[in-house]
Amino acid sequence: MRISSIFYSIKQGFKNIFRNKMFSLVSIATMAACIFMFGLFYILFTNFSNMVREAEQGVAVTVFFDEGVTDEEIQNIQGQIALRGEVSRINYVSAEDAWTSYKQEYFEGYEEAASSFGNDNPLENSANLEVYLNDVSMQHSLVNYINGIEGVRKVNQSQDVANTLSDLNKLISYITGGIILILLGVAIFLISNTVTVGISVRKEEIGIMKLIGATDYFVRAPFIVEGVIIGLVGAALPLILLYFLYEEICVYIADKFNFIGSMLTFVDTRTMFNTLVPVALLLGVGIGFLGSRLTIRKHLRV
Amino acid sequence: MIKLEHVSKSYSAGIPALNDVNLEIKDGEFVFIVGDSGSGKSTLIKLLLKELEPTEGIITVDGKVLKKIKRKHIPKYRRKIGVVFQDFRLLKDRNVYDNIAFAQKVIGEPTNHIKKRVPKMLSLVGLAAKYKSFPKELSGGEQQRVAIARALINEPNILLADEPTGNLDNNNAWEIMKLLEEINEKGTTVIVVTHNLEIVKVMKKRVITVKKGVIVSDSEIGDDDED
Ligand SMILES: Nc1ncnc2c1ncn2[C@@H]1O[C@H](COP(=O)(O)OP(=O)(O)OP(=O)(O)O)[C@@H](O)[C@H]1O
Ligand SMILES: [Mg+2]
Repeated sequence: MRISSIFYSIKQGFKNIFRNKMFSLVSIATMAACIFMFGLFYILFTNFSNMVREAEQGVAVTVFFDEGVTDEEIQNIQGQIALRGEVSRINYVSAEDAWTSYKQEYFEGYEEAASSFGNDNPLENSANLEVYLNDVSMQHSLVNYINGIEGVRKVNQSQDVANTLSDLNKLISYITGGIILILLGVAIFLISNTVTVGISVRKEEIGIMKLIGATDYFVRAPFIVEGVIIGLVGAALPLILLYFLYEEICVYIADKFNFIGSMLTFVDTRTMFNTLVPVALLLGVGIGFLGSRLTIRKHLRV
Repeated sequence: MIKLEHVSKSYSAGIPALNDVNLEIKDGEFVFIVGDSGSGKSTLIKLLLKELEPTEGIITVDGKVLKKIKRKHIPKYRRKIGVVFQDFRLLKDRNVYDNIAFAQKVIGEPTNHIKKRVPKMLSLVGLAAKYKSFPKELSGGEQQRVAIARALINEPNILLADEPTGNLDNNNAWEIMKLLEEINEKGTTVIVVTHNLEIVKVMKKRVITVKKGVIVSDSEIGDDDED
């Protein structure tokens, strides 16, 4: 392949787009609609799973110790638990801390009543470790492990919350994955359809080119370039739109799905688009490439 | 050399368009093919271009049996042939210049070469001023001349011209005939399908007459054995 032929193909690809304005517009619009839907679901999915992950990280198991276990021993146990992969962080709550926060919570406004305890700490044996997990589905095995450690009296856990969250997470990935797959299928079908219409208009031209001695490659290349450009533009437009709509979409989601309550924290725009932009552009180019390539192949027999 | 041995071509059904044709055309020959409408002249041209496959028989061009050319080698074969189609077959969405340049692009000519050659060719067929026009903006005769320019620009070994003067007035027709004769003198084998018996008579070339798919006469010099 000569350099001049490559330039020719690229130039011809651009010319094709402008020669067949209607066809190009329809293709770009189709592509844009598909990528827009894709982007929307991607944003939904990323935010949901982000929220679930944050919620997961707020779930802790609390470890209490036998009477007479010293602070030093507790620290040893803490070190032991920290070695586990599913543990994200551990908070040490001393008996004094526990009492202070208890007082804050239950004696608010009745500080006098609390002061009647003087300097005695009624929660003397309540020093504990709050163990946070990075994966709630591991909670059960972690609790078993901690229960086996000497000096541990009791492990409090909230299995229900853990189960619900990890189920929710799975459900969301399945649904979003399914929807994205369907969307991709629809996109390829639509693009292939649009390209078919475009090509049937040019079938005669392709035939003429081949009779003059053009190779398949020479005939095909400009159409492929055209498909890729349509894919790129068709992906870039909805990305720009989504970029400016992102904040609004977040507010909308927060509004519609407020049953999740205060856990609504959104992935910031930058992080979101750092992955969404390359993924969507690649998708657009891929669909444009495949759509035109497959369709041209079908129509190239002369 | 072009050789047809017992070549027949039937379309979907009915009488064959060509029936047991035997023919030999040597390199550098200038041949007219004449015959009534529907006698099978265009079919013959299409077989030579490998646009169609014969139902029966063997076609050999420059020692190659056409039937045996692999699909991926067809473009290479066609590049040695210049064709003027009866229906022109110009690329509708390209202007005159690009239509002719396309033939050169196909054989991989460098752009600067193309830029010099296309205008020359256009003035040879008398269309220098119309290089920017699109096919639909041209008269039948003008389109025909674009088709001729496209067929000639690569200086092909073989030129197949299906009614190249059908839409031209007498003057233009003769201009084109002179052009074809010139290219023939440079060594190109020229095969011209025509209805213009006056041209055939004056040019004094070999004339093959087809009737209902059969070669009924093949005379070395354009005589008056026509009705
Ligand atoms: N694609 C086709 N399908 C079916 N029949 C065809 C096809 N092309 C040509 N024919 C038939 O084959 C016969 C020969 O056609 P052809 O085009 O070779 O004639 P021709 O000699 O070129 O005529 P003309 O001088 O009018 O151009 C005609 O009877 C025509 O109807
Ligand atoms: Mg004909």
